[in-house]
Amino acid sequence: MLKKKKKETPEINGGAMADIAFLLLIFFLVATTIASDKGVTVMLPPKAEDVDVKVKTRNVFNILVNSQDMMLAQEEQVDLPRLREMVKEFVLNNGKNKDMSESPQKAIISLKTDRGTTYEMYIGVIDELKYAYAEMRALYLKMPLEDYQALDKDNPAHKEKLQDAKKAIPYKVSDAEPSEIK
Amino acid sequence: MATFKKKTKTKQDIPTSALPDIIFMLLFFFMISTTFRESELLVKNSLPQASELTKLEKKSLVSYIYIGEPQDSKKFGSEARIQVNDVLIDADQIVQHVITEKDKLGEDGDKITMSLKIDREAKMGVISDVRQKLRDANALKVNYAANKRLRFE
Repeated sequence: MLKKKKKETPEINGGAMADIAFLLLIFFLVATTIASDKGVTVMLPPKAEDVDVKVKTRNVFNILVNSQDMMLAQEEQVDLPRLREMVKEFVLNNGKNKDMSESPQKAIISLKTDRGTTYEMYIGVIDELKYAYAEMRALYLKMPLEDYQALDKDNPAHKEKLQDAKKAIPYKVSDAEPSEIK
Repeated sequence: MATFKKKTKTKQDIPTSALPDIIFMLLFFFMISTTFRESELLVKNSLPQASELTKLEKKSLVSYIYIGEPQDSKKFGSEARIQVNDVLIDADQIVQHVITEKDKLGEDGDKITMSLKIDREAKMGVISDVRQKLRDANALKVNYAANKRLRFE
């Protein structure tokens, strides 16, 4: 009698599948660029015809940047960290010093650049101003800066705080037209 | 004494058939998260760094404008140029561009966010021209794209 062959379960060798999957995986790993969709958000002023807003000179903080990326704040040559200190002092003056703002609500930062100013410098200044305002708002809410930055505007309780701080210390920065001198 | 060769019943090889499954999982993740650049860059574009960043909320409402020195400087010169959707344009054409972009969005046209991807070397002259045109076109929400920078203080 014939000996019955042992039954074997047919098996397909699947080892190569991993290799193929790895190839594809590596392709997508290399091709992926995690898109940078972050940035400094600003609202431009709406186009308006000759609206003369009268602002007391004491309420305006002047920043001038020339084409050599040198910065003049209130007629004093400064660097970025010093600028932040000056802005904070100016906005939170509350009428004490005659040369500085009457109240945070009235304080306006005027930023004037030259046509030759580099974009990197401009973003640096804008970033510094935003940072100064974040610090001041955190101070107003009496919380550390990290906590302020962690506030989430989708959370109703947080949103109230944010709006409160925004109302007390509004971010008013005006971009003046760049001067034509190159 | 007779030696008994011990017969091992256990198989030597480790089953690897689950490996492809794991790899495929990773693969699908990357396939989904990959976004191919929708337009080829004609201008240099290395973004500046900033710390106070906000995330762009609704991707569908965002329209991109690239500004920088052309990569092909023989053909387009070395002055900073503006690129939208694969073509280099002049500042005067921005208004038209914004209007078409707004039309594409239909009802949400007014909520459009312009993301400006500007090379760090670019000069403010061309940027302020663009800014004026965006004001003319009533696209007031602007996001200056930047990379994250950490502050140590």
